[in-house]
Amino acid sequence: MNDTIFKYQKRKLVMATPVVLPLRSDLDFKEESREEVIDSWDQVTSEAKVNLRLSAEVNSIKGKKGDFTVGLADGSSFTAEYVILAIGVQGNLNKLTIPGADLVHNGHPIVQYQLDDPDEYKGEEILIVGVGDAGIENALGLAPNNIVSVVNTNDDFPRAKPANAALIQNAIKKGDEPGGIHHITKVKVKEIQPGKMMLEAADGAIVEAPCDRVIARIGAQPPRRFLESCGIQFASTEMNAIPEVSDTYESQVEGLYIIGALAGYPLIKNCLNQGFEAVEYILDNRIPPADEPLIQEKLNPEIIRMLNPAKTEITGAELIGEILKRAPLFSALRPVQLREFLIHSELHNKKPGEVVFERNEFANSVYTILEGEVGIQVNPEDRSEMVRLGAGEFFGEMALISGRRRTTTVVATKPSLLLEVDRNTMVKLVRSEPSVKQAIDGAAVVRQIKTYLAPDIDDRLLADVVASTTVKEFRANDTLIKQGDTEDDSVYLIRKGHAVVSVQVGGKEVPIAYVQAGNYVGEMALLMNQPRTATVKAGVATEAIQISSSAFRSLLEDKELHHQINEKVQDRLITNEQLRDNIANGDLISFLAREGVGEATDVLLIDESLCVRCDNCEKACAETHHGISRLNREAGPTYNTLHVPTSCRHCEDPHCMTDCPPDAIHRAPNGEVFINDQCIGCGNCERNCPYGVIQLAAMPTKKPGLLSWLLFGAGPGPGEDKSPDGLAHRVGSRHAVKCDLCKDIDGGPACVRACPTGAAIRVEPAAFIDVMRQARL
Amino acid sequence: MSVSDSSIGDRLASRPGQHVSFLVYDRYRWLKVAAIIGVISIVLYLVNEPYGGPYGGSWAGYTLGTVGALLIFWLTWFGYRKRRYDEGPGMLASRLSAHVYLGLVLIIVATLHTGFQFHWNLHTLAYALMCFVIASGIFGIVFYSRYPRLMTENRRNMTRRQMLSSLVAIDDQLRREARPLDDNSAALVERAIERPAIGGSTWRQLSGRYSDCATAAAIAGFDATEAEAPAELEDVRRRVRVLLDQKAALLEQIRRDLSYKAMMDIWLYVHVPFTFALLAALIAHIISVFFLF
Repeated sequence: MNDTIFKYQKRKLVMATPVVLPLRSDLDFKEESREEVIDSWDQVTSEAKVNLRLSAEVNSIKGKKGDFTVGLADGSSFTAEYVILAIGVQGNLNKLTIPGADLVHNGHPIVQYQLDDPDEYKGEEILIVGVGDAGIENALGLAPNNIVSVVNTNDDFPRAKPANAALIQNAIKKGDEPGGIHHITKVKVKEIQPGKMMLEAADGAIVEAPCDRVIARIGAQPPRRFLESCGIQFASTEMNAIPEVSDTYESQVEGLYIIGALAGYPLIKNCLNQGFEAVEYILDNRIPPADEPLIQEKLNPEIIRMLNPAKTEITGAELIGEILKRAPLFSALRPVQLREFLIHSELHNKKPGEVVFERNEFANSVYTILEGEVGIQVNPEDRSEMVRLGAGEFFGEMALISGRRRTTTVVATKPSLLLEVDRNTMVKLVRSEPSVKQAIDGAAVVRQIKTYLAPDIDDRLLADVVASTTVKEFRANDTLIKQGDTEDDSVYLIRKGHAVVSVQVGGKEVPIAYVQAGNYVGEMALLMNQPRTATVKAGVATEAIQISSSAFRSLLEDKELHHQINEKVQDRLITNEQLRDNIANGDLISFLAREGVGEATDVLLIDESLCVRCDNCEKACAETHHGISRLNREAGPTYNTLHVPTSCRHCEDPHCMTDCPPDAIHRAPNGEVFINDQCIGCGNCERNCPYGVIQLAAMPTKKPGLLSWLLFGAGPGPGEDKSPDGLAHRVGSRHAVKCDLCKDIDGGPACVRACPTGAAIRVEPAAFIDVMRQARL
Repeated sequence: MSVSDSSIGDRLASRPGQHVSFLVYDRYRWLKVAAIIGVISIVLYLVNEPYGGPYGGSWAGYTLGTVGALLIFWLTWFGYRKRRYDEGPGMLASRLSAHVYLGLVLIIVATLHTGFQFHWNLHTLAYALMCFVIASGIFGIVFYSRYPRLMTENRRNMTRRQMLSSLVAIDDQLRREARPLDDNSAALVERAIERPAIGGSTWRQLSGRYSDCATAAAIAGFDATEAEAPAELEDVRRRVRVLLDQKAALLEQIRRDLSYKAMMDIWLYVHVPFTFALLAALIAHIISVFFLF
């Protein structure tokens, strides 16, 4: 009955996002497997005696409201007063048009556009054409039992969800091993012959790829011709244009409604709600949209008064209108897009003097000023020194760029109305709307140069400097500056990630420092007119603002900055000399940087010369967390005697947060990254974490207490029960678990408290490096 | 001006910023406390001059005895406290530091309490048991100081599972390479694969010595038959011999790992049972002293 879900792979987990959106439908819908959803809907519709006509392909809709004639492919027809189209876009799959695409071989068509059950084929050579989510999921499903190759016109997977992209990259790395996938890059499909497919490489050469079967997942179109023949108009002539509908989902043909993916809402839950709403609108019952209560919750009389003094109530649509009027940042968004973001935002009204956020708080959101004015306190020592921002401007955008703490305190200076959008939502917006990305980047560069380099700088001067800067992106281990280089003398202001500075000593590269976001590098060569004195490489994926030497020199006209930089240069010269002799230290920093300790805000370090391997840390973790340990002491790399066990590092820019469908991963005010009860166990975070610190686990059953165990030997004792019996007796479904820094426990991390010999400590890496350096020097 | 976080947040304020051994914890605070208790005990003992010489029943003796008994109960409590993970702030390393130093000073307190009067009775038994417990504890401290670093150096960044997987991998290679060999040599290799000499009894694990190691026997066997080996098998024999050497080295590494871990665990198997024996004897001692005399 539901084609989309029916065509999902067998046993695929169907998501029911957005989680916060209430469901209006009489059909139940929650995260469960494809089979469970289909069963539950079959049941409900048969009980409600819904009139179903199956296997009836509609090929025409003619007439008008109250009198439509729907024609079917078999020649019959029926009449209707109203028509609601919820046909989605998958019905019109794009097909291969190359020679041989229709060939039948070994009793089946060589090319298929659908994969129902990955286990159906075994021991075959299969080519997958199309590297979107569908193609990747099919490839991964088939890989364990077949030889699978993925045919790609590029060499990466830009259209895939991050989790899928990570999975396929892993499988490609496996190569010929079981579960591995071959990646044929930068080729176009040319022709299909029995037993093989011809591919054309970039230089025109033809490559033969043997195959028993080809699965082509190359997208689908709305069935434009069919719809236009029904009188429906499209927004533009572009290929992915969608039909125009009113805000009651009615098309230009009165009485003909369009909902769901076809109207631009690809999520199932939205479509279920819209179906409900469309029927209500037809019955002349103008109910507010499903998310209206969510939006109304964000308003209060004060806020309504600030938006429109003449009113005591405003609808969601009116609110959106006001926001679009007042905030140029969102001007390129359609009202429906903004509505979706509004659900994840908060409105605040602030009185003069009220603090919006404090310096050093963890940054989780971006603010837009809808009315009023705020002051950014750029000088912690002089709170009256402020940069003021007015209506239409935004602030707090550093939260998007680097996951670090707020760099300044912001207070309202006039009665103000602020729109606060959380980080994840904002990141999605920036990724999908180029205009927003541009606006934020532009302002961010200006602001960062001002904040980190020269707060008092003349705005005219700043405009010149900004005009000559570029934002550069570096992958881990890319070089920003090379020691000895005489040509490039730009200065880099690191705005996201961090860099490692190293010098050549006796033919070896010795790391001597970390440079975190908010700091600059490269000014020494400029000032002393010498070749570069050190090499600077990105530690993790890093963004830096490159400031040309001439622009930087003009900045130095600012006396305060000049003085400050000179001081820094002196300091660095001394430190470099001291550290040059200490290669062991450098190796340790290098080790820590390699293990990603640089992006951690809190990492567990074990001194193995003190650790007696008693595993009390693991036991403590399990006992304070429902019997599941989030720490694996033994695993993880060791340098000399410094061991980094497998335990969450609470990264600045958490990898786990990048793709959590129910938005269950958050950062607490003190910086702890934690997973809350919304987790549905999809496993995206586990796959995205490069350190393997997240696991999916079900809860163990309750066991006898400590005294019973001590006195009578009852139960397995403290710690995670990993015996076969213990593992078999876990209840419920699996959810993602990881270290939460014992944020709700008095005294802090249990692992550190429980270590008898003092071997385990949890530190902020920068502080640790400093301590280490002092100890050695 | 950098805004990197030079001030450590609230979260980190109460935690140690670097590794500090339990012996050194809090700048030897508990060593100092123990020393003070020790000195006071000695002073008490010297000041007290009871008729007939010092003994447990004099006022100094009673005082020292009470202090000693309380210390013993408190020290035993550590075993429970170390396993309660959710009871508020406070570091276990600090508690262990207290446990160690106060345990050491217990020798002085208890010995002075006896007035050096030792006989073949329950009281001296309690004292002797206490000495065993403390001695095993001292062994514990020595092992805890020595073996962790040795264990890390031996491991060379492999986990135990990785070491065992390497063993399996070498065995696979041996099996393949040894196929062309003559029956006797092949049999030696087969036995080496089937009977890896690791683990086993407490003594074997502790000592790391396996006199019946089949790999060593195989190596010895290969050496012995070196002279009369046919020329065409020379290459194969050389390769197998190299693999046997690698296997022997890996076995050594695993045995040493097990041995170090065993040393770090074994002393507790004396320390804890004797503690309970001591508690029994102590209670009997107290009851007999107060209610039977």
